[in-house]
Amino acid sequence: MTFDALLLSRLQFAFTLAFHIVYPSFSIGLGSFLAVLEGLWLLTRREAFQRLYLFWLRIFAISFGMGVVTGVVMSYQIGTNWAVYARMTAGVLGPLLAFEVLTAFFLESSFLGVMLFGWKRVGPGLHFAATCLVAFGTLVSAFWILSANSWMQTPAGYGVLPDGRFVATDWWRAIFSPSLPQRFAHMVLAAYLSTALMVGAASAFQLLRAPNQPESKIALRMAIGMYFVVAPLQFFVGDYAGKQLPAGQPAKLAAIEGFWDTKAAQDFHIVAWPDRARQRNDWEVSLPKLGSWITTGDANATLRGLKSFPRADQPPSFLVFWSFRTMVGLGLAMIGLGLWGGWLWRRRALERTRLFLRATILMGPAGFVAVIAGWITAEVGRQPWVVYGLMRTSAGVSPVTAHEVSASLIGLLVVYAVIFTGAVLYMLRLMAQGPVPATAPSPEARAPGTALAAVPEEPEP
Amino acid sequence: MSLDLPLIWAGVIAFAVLLYVLLDGFDLGVGILFAFAKTPADRDMMMASIAPYWDGNETWLVLGGAGLFAAFPGAYATLLPAFYLPIFLMLLALILRGVAFEFRHHGRRRGKALWTFFFSAGSIVAAAAQGLVLGGFMHGVKLADGQFVGGPFDWATSYSALVALGLICGYALLGAGWLLIKTDGELYGQARRWARAAASLVALLLAAVSLATLVVEPHVGARWGWTGAGFDLARLARLAPIPLLGAVGLAILIIALRRGSRRWPFVGAVVVFISGYLGLAASFFPYVTPYGLTYLQAANAPSALGLLFGGLVFILPVILGYTVWVYWVFRGRTAADAGYH
Repeated sequence: MTFDALLLSRLQFAFTLAFHIVYPSFSIGLGSFLAVLEGLWLLTRREAFQRLYLFWLRIFAISFGMGVVTGVVMSYQIGTNWAVYARMTAGVLGPLLAFEVLTAFFLESSFLGVMLFGWKRVGPGLHFAATCLVAFGTLVSAFWILSANSWMQTPAGYGVLPDGRFVATDWWRAIFSPSLPQRFAHMVLAAYLSTALMVGAASAFQLLRAPNQPESKIALRMAIGMYFVVAPLQFFVGDYAGKQLPAGQPAKLAAIEGFWDTKAAQDFHIVAWPDRARQRNDWEVSLPKLGSWITTGDANATLRGLKSFPRADQPPSFLVFWSFRTMVGLGLAMIGLGLWGGWLWRRRALERTRLFLRATILMGPAGFVAVIAGWITAEVGRQPWVVYGLMRTSAGVSPVTAHEVSASLIGLLVVYAVIFTGAVLYMLRLMAQGPVPATAPSPEARAPGTALAAVPEEPEP
Repeated sequence: MSLDLPLIWAGVIAFAVLLYVLLDGFDLGVGILFAFAKTPADRDMMMASIAPYWDGNETWLVLGGAGLFAAFPGAYATLLPAFYLPIFLMLLALILRGVAFEFRHHGRRRGKALWTFFFSAGSIVAAAAQGLVLGGFMHGVKLADGQFVGGPFDWATSYSALVALGLICGYALLGAGWLLIKTDGELYGQARRWARAAASLVALLLAAVSLATLVVEPHVGARWGWTGAGFDLARLARLAPIPLLGAVGLAILIIALRRGSRRWPFVGAVVVFISGYLGLAASFFPYVTPYGLTYLQAANAPSALGLLFGGLVFILPVILGYTVWVYWVFRGRTAADAGYH
């Protein structure tokens, strides 16, 4: 294997995106969570909601900042490292990414300032509106980026110019390409679930030390409600998305399931070691016919195997097989946590069951791991194509040297290590501290929802 | 009626980049001046004066990138590989500086010192890297068949270094002007001294960069009527309003600083920047990748430009509206307890 500009650029893109995707996921979830908290507070005037809001706002600020700085890299990296891809796909993807900036990024970044620093400057209604706009912006951003990604997975509404460039011929079909609805639903639910797991973990941590802490009791119940409802829902959305694969991306499906031969009644491999060189699996532990049933609902359905694709067109099965199982395994664990939590909640035993609190802490990062695993499944499963079936990843790389890409990759590794350490350290420090009243900026005097909030702090110039 | 969409988009991108330079310019400038602040309280106040805005300001840079991709993919696909190293230098610097807004607050003793360092160093390096890109851009990009075919260090010239220095001082001037509006007391006095020093350096470097630009690339010299030995006055006269505007900006700046005005030094600095920006734009237009791809050659397909334009006419006024509103919400001096922490 030679470390040429192509391989290094792929490594760099994979690394920067896997790193980046965690923060938008957290921000999408926290944005909506904060909007709900502030809404509940304005509605009920319960101080606990205010404290929770202020507490998670500070974690949101860190997460959002991380998302912004690592996102700027993404918007330039497509040009620096994937210039040919950029030129070829701009006719379709250009407007989608530009609309993401115009409809989402400006909204989020402008109203974030009001959300964080506007406490004493705007009234409670406007502040709540700012929170809602930021939350809305995170969802709009997810829509556009997933629209672009879905087009790369299931291209539609395009034509090809004589020089190979793609142009949109039907914008509606290009934007709402066939895999967008399930992809968008899957991503947003994943973001909500990942955030709920972090909220649950932070609350459980507090409750282990102080079982009567009111804010953490509320937040833990909100989190359990999310596991209970969203985790099974996510399972069905994911299942629906998988059922579209035989028609849309059969090679990805074969790689996910470790199918090599095309046949009826495929087995489901719980465990296997897909070996690309020998075009077979080792150490299979399988359930007969279940593979066909899971994907199509018909245990005797015929599904294509990887051998029916030229070797150059096969995605790397090992990575995809295992990333998929990681995601699904964690998803099942989340469903289990929701059932367990729901049962304990009914029996009024949540705070007493220390094993459950510990399990909830352990599951804190599970959502983010599942997000990264799911992203690997979707993107590596699309290989060797960058635009499925139409343009190879290898054809998209920039005319730059391996030395340049090595330099940028090393720089990114070092800088990301530094900021990751900072973000994790400061977030965990805040979570360990918990939603204590002392950290609120004099809530009794100047909180939104109080009459004083609308009064300016100092005379205007 | 048919619209000249590529030309409109050239204008939109130019507007976005100008707004970026002015807006992120002042907050990068405050970061550059951070290194010269005397007390921790001054540093806290300086950061608080830009904290609600920086994120929105930097979004214009993201629009610059995504907008170029969307409207002029030919330019996006040649400029970014050509300036690969300085662009990554800028991105890494912006990352460290961007997270410092949050992290510096959470850091304890050593952490705080580290993020203070990254905030000012990141601001300086980001400004320098932008200057190197601009210098390389004015110098021209080697193309064949619409593809970049130059080397990784084509941008590394003494001209680029001069532009980088000029941009650092220019941003510092904008930053000092911003602090004059936003601060009081000791820090205000400090900002006046910074503004004076930066204004002198900017006047000097602006003249130096302007003259150097005439000789660095024959295209540019010819456009301004520079013959190698003297000026063709008829050609120069057509573009003369641009340097004149710069002179007006400098005059506003100098008079306002003398009189102790709070707002006008910033206005003067903005006028100087606009003049410099127009001067450069007049030098390379109609190229978007100098001096090989014009805005027409680099433009995206008509269906993409059309959709973008349809969206833009609705969205851009809204963005400008709420941006102005956010600036209005945080008008006046920055309060010492402005944070939410």
